[in-house]
This record gives sequence, structure tokens and C-alpha cells, in this order.
Amino acid sequence: MAHAQDQILTPPAGNTIVPQKEREGIDLEINGRAFRHTGDSQMPLLWYLRDVLRLTGTKYSGEHGEGGHDLVLVDGKLASSSQLPMVELAGKAVTTVEGLAAADGKLHPLQQAFVDEDAIGCGYCTPGWLMASLDLLNRHPQPSDNDIDQMPNLCRCGCQTRVRRAIKRAATGGHA
Amino acid sequence: MSARHESSLPLSRRRFLKVFAGAAGALIVGIPLAEAVDAPVPAALLGDTLYGLGAFVRIDPDGNIIIGARDPDTGTGTTTTLPRIIADELDADWTSVSVVPLGLGVEDDNGSPRFVYGHQNGGLGTSVPAAWADLREAGAVARWLLLQAAARRLGVPADRLRCEEGNVIAPDGRRFGYGALAEAASKIPAPSSPVPLKAPQHYTLIGQPAGDVDARAIVTGQAVYALDSYAGDSLIAVLSHCPWVDGSVQTLDTTDALAVKGVVKVVQLKPEPGVPLGQTVRAPAVAVLAENTWAALQGRAKLKLEWKPGGQSESSAWFEQQAADVVNDKDAAPTARVRNDGDVDAAGKKAAHRVEATYVQPWLAHATSEPMNCLARVDKDGATLVVPTQAPQQAWRVVQRLTGLSPSQIQIRVPRVGGGYGRRLDHDFVAEAVMLAKLAERPVKLMWTRDEDLGQDYFRSASVHKLSATLDGKRQVVTWTQRMASASALVQRGVPDNRLWTSEIDPHQLPAGLVPNLRSDWYALPSVMPRGTARGMPHLSNAFPVESFVDEIANSLKEDPLVTRLRMIGQARMIDLGDGRTLDTGRLINVLQLVADRIGWKNWLRTVNGFGIACWHVDGAYVAHAVEASLQGNRLNIERAICAVDVGRVINPMGLEGQVAGATLDALSTALNLSVTYKDSQVQQRNWKDYPLASMLQLPDTTEVILVPGDRDPAGASFLAMPTAAPALANAVFRVSAVRVRRLPLMKELLRML
Repeated sequence: MAHAQDQILTPPAGNTIVPQKEREGIDLEINGRAFRHTGDSQMPLLWYLRDVLRLTGTKYSGEHGEGGHDLVLVDGKLASSSQLPMVELAGKAVTTVEGLAAADGKLHPLQQAFVDEDAIGCGYCTPGWLMASLDLLNRHPQPSDNDIDQMPNLCRCGCQTRVRRAIKRAATGGHA
Repeated sequence: MSARHESSLPLSRRRFLKVFAGAAGALIVGIPLAEAVDAPVPAALLGDTLYGLGAFVRIDPDGNIIIGARDPDTGTGTTTTLPRIIADELDADWTSVSVVPLGLGVEDDNGSPRFVYGHQNGGLGTSVPAAWADLREAGAVARWLLLQAAARRLGVPADRLRCEEGNVIAPDGRRFGYGALAEAASKIPAPSSPVPLKAPQHYTLIGQPAGDVDARAIVTGQAVYALDSYAGDSLIAVLSHCPWVDGSVQTLDTTDALAVKGVVKVVQLKPEPGVPLGQTVRAPAVAVLAENTWAALQGRAKLKLEWKPGGQSESSAWFEQQAADVVNDKDAAPTARVRNDGDVDAAGKKAAHRVEATYVQPWLAHATSEPMNCLARVDKDGATLVVPTQAPQQAWRVVQRLTGLSPSQIQIRVPRVGGGYGRRLDHDFVAEAVMLAKLAERPVKLMWTRDEDLGQDYFRSASVHKLSATLDGKRQVVTWTQRMASASALVQRGVPDNRLWTSEIDPHQLPAGLVPNLRSDWYALPSVMPRGTARGMPHLSNAFPVESFVDEIANSLKEDPLVTRLRMIGQARMIDLGDGRTLDTGRLINVLQLVADRIGWKNWLRTVNGFGIACWHVDGAYVAHAVEASLQGNRLNIERAICAVDVGRVINPMGLEGQVAGATLDALSTALNLSVTYKDSQVQQRNWKDYPLASMLQLPDTTEVILVPGDRDPAGASFLAMPTAAPALANAVFRVSAVRVRRLPLMKELLRML
């Protein structure tokens, strides 16, 4: 007597299963996970993140990303997600603000420093500051005030001096 | 549009979509503990075991407490501060508290709305004073109910029990957690007479620093703003507005726009005639509705659209000239005599010394980080909106007028808001979203792009101020006059003509009460540019001329400006300013002296850098700034910015420090760089580069904030530190450069005059 499992594994005679044609798309990695974008290749990364993936931590604040609200890291480099069409991201690794914390929820030292310094106004520009701060610390682990001065971000609530303190706190291992 | 990777959706977002589609439940965005992980969880999913104790407090059997925050939080920290006021009276353990933004509380009262949460405004400096007046009671009543429940269970009279960190404790040491008492407490009728409030020495949270409850959600990108909200099948709408409020469509060809994949519809919107400003569409507009934002943006770019100008043409340069002409015309009769103390004309004749100067403030935009947007679902029997608003009750009125729905059929949710500054007291964008949702017969998420947001604002009017003062032989200011010309923010808003000045100048502002003969006149100017409430108005417009002018008086006397100020203020005393308003000169002197001491004012003449100082009072709160500036060639450095505030009792020192530091930097940024200009009635600023908020480089490295402790009822602070930063900066710039800047923005004027 045949095993039940064998019956399942044996296709019925006369039928062939035609696998669906693989959809073409742009393969990329976001926060360590693989994605394939099959829509408009000119769609900027910002709208892919927000409208398609609903990763809304990366913010819109203007067409040209001038305020720094839309910053992400692409292969470790700071990039304006509203200026990057998906076609340029094939094979790249993107990090957004959602990808900063560890898998167990432990905050990145920069995130913790922003919380500890309450470096938040309305909070809308905060993800952009975090990404630019991460880039800054990657390039200058002990940034000077002049290094911090070069950050591109804008904030109307006036969180700049608290952000500066948070970056210094993170750079010194959490000490104010 | 590509297939959605469902697996990539954080769990909480999928829940949100589901719940939003069902139009149920409040949304929790606040989490008190840094260890909490899942940020926004709809209350509906927390189960039905929550026991409500009044409108603001819910407790679950585990002892977790949910406190509702009623006022929109535009970055002012009310989501943290208001619940802490309740939690303190409740004797809650703050680490067990979660905060829920309540959204609009409205019930049907025979067809009329009854707003059940009381005060629901954000960013006007009224949240904390209003909360102090009634939210302590909300906490105290909940605590009273828990005490009654415990008394019944323990067989001990309630007045022999005490509460501590979420427990009721009996004299013999037996204790019940609030969670264990919540169900019984929820069945006890509310007290018939007012419950006594705590004495200040028993406060456990009030006066202690607390970080923003949304901080973790924000730094992890989980905080959901209105622009981050999606209804499952919503269309995205992007608009192109007519640059002229009185213009119209000349030509419109939508063929190419509709050919963009994902574009669904192109529709036109028009202002409704006779509806006040801010309650309907601001200017004619063409909206592109699409399946995603990118398609909508492309569709808008492919519109063949030409606008026809209206009849009126105006430029900001012309407006300023009109304003300057009228304040310099001695014979011009003022629209309003705002204040008239003593007899300026008679007293001025005996003057030993006269000083005069004219100051110019530019047009300003609100420039919120999160642009105007609104998610609207409108059905026959209900409407659900997610609105970034500072005034949800006003938003409700707009929705009600456009839908005809009954009060309880309209739900308005207000998640954390990406900046307000007064812009979101107007709801033109809500009217647009409702109109579009009705036309599309689908939920619509409206998003303004940055160019629309800057160009289609309700601006802060430019103003020109002519100030003159006379002094006697003892250096006392004997007369003071201010002639101000501006376009009122209250025109076309249902305000009677004789009250239009109230948005422009405060009759109690300095130096009222300090100078025996004082006259303030306001001259109304017409303008085609729509105006609205701006952060810190009317103080932001007036403190710069007034506090710069005091510095000019000091300079004309060849005197230390702090000495001149202190002489003008005189002895510490209470001065009745009329209208029930009082000036406490002792508190004013105190904040002035605090910033002077901190900056080392005694060296003001010896320092190479320039020191500047200014003070002000707003609705019973006092503020002073001291600024140190240096000049290297054409580069202005703000070396230090020090601010002292006296708001009475401080609820959350960390939050207040953030507000004061933030307003200081916002005011410096505004003073340094910002102005809106227009030609042919068209705004010329289209993007951040045209309206350049100050960068890190331009701003001081630190802000030094001094909080004066006090036990008076707390005053609001959301814009308290705005008015004095610009004059303190301009006064410092004068010391270091000998250039007296009388026109903002400062950098443009300084570079012109250096």
C-alpha cells in the first residue's frame, strides 16, 4: 500500500504544472531584508518606502529633499530618497530609520541619545537627523562642532542644540 | 504599482489599516518606557477589559493605565505634559502609564455638537493653563473612585487610605493595585461635589523632568503622523493651486496626466463664495488623484494648465512702501488707537531729548515640516478623517458643513502633528480633502507639496513701526509713541472691523505701564495676500521694534542698555495695565537680571564680541534673552543664546526647556533669514532653499535656558521665547558691528549695510 505522502507528491497523470513566469523587477535589500520592486522603475525610493512598503519613518517635506527629512543610507552612504529612482537601487542595500534598532528592539546608541537628550520637537524631522547623524559618526567617530555644523537638516521647532548634544552623547558612548 | 510585500509591514501597521477601515477606536502612539517595543496599537485591540474612570483615564486589570491627551501635539509636548498633570493627581506610577491622543471628542446634542473633552487646541499657549484648570480634577476624580472601591473591599473608611504609585494602601499595610480595583471603581457613581486637589508638597510628577512619551516611537520611525496614515483603498491627491487667490483656470488639458499609469481622476476645486478664510478652499485648484503619490506627482507635472490672473496685482515692496508712508504721515488718522495713557502731545513739548526710529518686519510663512495633508473617508452615514490640526473642533465644523452629517457621525483623529505655528488653525486643506473624497467616492489622502505649502499659506503680514520717545533731563522716558501699519490677520474671518487690530498689537505690551504718556496707534492696510495666525503673534512683530528701540535710547544716552532698561522698569511692583492685566515688574527685572548675570553683562563694554539683551511679557509669563554675537568678515556667529523664562509653576522642566530652546532657535532662524516676498500677487518662495530655515552652522552651538521656579498657576510657553530673541540678536549685532538693523531678515540687511 502506497504511503499517503507519496500520493501527494506524485502529480496526477495528464496534468503539468506550469510555473508562473518570474516577474521582472528590481531586487534590493532594505533593512537587511530582500525586496523586489516590480512597478515603475523611475519611482523614487521615498515613495516606494512610504506608499508601497508603508515604511513611513522616512519623511516627505519637499520635492528635492532639501530639508533632509528623506535621508537614508544606501550601501552605507547618506542619500536623499526622494532623489533616487528605484532603477538605481538594483543590488543596493538601503537602511532607513526603521532599520537602526537591533532585532530585539534595543535602540541604536544614537536613537538612545536622542531619547535621553529629548532632542525632539514635533519629531517630523527626527528620522532625517538620525540618518545624517549616523553618517556623520561613520565618517567622524568623534565629530567636532565644525563637523556637526555641516549637517544638511532643517528643523523649524528648533531642536538643533539638543541634536548636537545627542550626537556628542552618542559619540562618547552615552555620556552627556 | 508593484505588488505589496505584505510581510514587510510591521504588525502594528496592518492592525492600523484594519482598524481604520472599520473606523473604530483610538490610536495609541505614546509609550512611556524605553523598553516598550510595539508603538502604535489601536485601543480596540487591547481588548475590552479596560475600565473607564472618566473621560481621560482607563485602567486595565493588570494595572496599566491609559491616559488620554486631548490637545493636539504639534511638538509642544502636550501629549506628555497633560497626562502627567492627570497622573499626578491620580497618584499613578508613570512607568505604568500609556498615553492616547484622544482625537476630537464630540457627541450629538439634539443635532448640535457637544465637545466632551473641553479645551482642544494646540500651539496657542493655552493648553497647560486650561489643563491646570480642569484636568487635575479628572485625575482626582479617578483617584477618588479607586479609593471608594478600596474602602468597600477593605472595610476601611476612604479617608484612612492613601494612594501611592498606583496602589491604595490601608493603615495596616494591606494594599491593592489600581488594576484590581478598576472594575469596581468603574461602577461607582462619580462624586457629586468637587474632589479636593493635592497640595503642591505632595506632587510627585509635576515639577519633575520627563522626556516626550512619543520619543521612542519617533526615533524608531514608528510614530504615525497624518501623512503616514493610509486607508486601505485611498487615492492620493496632489494639487496645483492658482497662484492668484482671485484667479481662475485659463486652459486645462488633462489628457497626458490621465495617461500616467496609476492616475485615476483630475478634478477642479473652487473656494465657496461667502465662506470665511480658512474654512474653504483657499484658491482655485486642480487635483490629480492617483493610486500612489508618485503617480499623482507625475500626473500633476503632465497637466497642461494655465492660470488666469484675477483683477488685483500687488507686490510686497509696494505693501511695505504703503506701510512706511502711512506711519510717517503725521496727519493720517489711525484705524485704531490701541492705547493712550497720559498726554503724549503736552508732555512731549517739554522734552530734553528725543529719539525716533522706524522698523520693518517682513511677510512670513508657517513652513511646517509636515506639509498640509488630510486623510478623509466620507460615506453617506459617516466621515472619518485623520487631520494634522491645531483646532479639531474647527476642523469638525468644516467637515460638518460640507457633509451635512450629524455630530457623532464625524470622527476626527489627530495624531502627532509635524509642526503647527498657527497654520493648522485654518482648515482649507480639510475642506479640499472632504470635497475630493465626495467627488471620488473613495477615501482620499490629500498631500500638499512644498511649493504649494509655501505659496498657499495664510501669511504673517509685514509691518512697519515708527517709534518715538522723549526723555527728560533725568534720563526718564516721559513719552512713547508707536505707530504700526500692517494687514490684519482677522480680515474675512467674521471679526468686526473695530477688532481687527487685536491680531496685530497687544495694548499691554512693553513699555505700557512704565511710561506715563504712551500712545499706540494701528493703521490698517489692505492686501490681497491671505493672512492668518502666526507663532508668537502679535508679540513677534512688536518686540523687535520695541526692544531694539530701547537699545537705541540707551545708545543715544551713551549708556549701558541694561541700566536704561532697569531705570525704565523701576522698582519691583505690580502695575495695573487695565483689562484685568497686571505687569509684575519684579518678575520682569528677575528674568532680565538672570540672563545678564549668566552672560557676564558687566563686561558688556569690554568684550570684543557684542552683547544684546531684551525682555518681554506674554499673558502673565515673563521672558528675557541675552545674546553674544561675533563678526568674522561677513560671517555672523551667534556665540551664545541665553533665555530665562518665568511661567509660574513648571509642570515638566525638560519639556519647558525644549520649548524655550526651540522657540529661541526658531526665532533666531526667522530673524536671520526668513521673508516671504511677492510680485504681481505671486509668492516667490517655492522651496526650502528660497525660505532657508537656519542651518546648524548659523545657529548657536548651545542654548542656555534658565527656568524661574514659581508657584503661581502655570502660564503657556509654546511661543513665549519667540519675541525677544530677534531684538537681543539685533542689539548684539549693533554692539559688534555698529550696524543698527531695523529691518528683518537680519542677514540680508546686515550684509547690505556692512
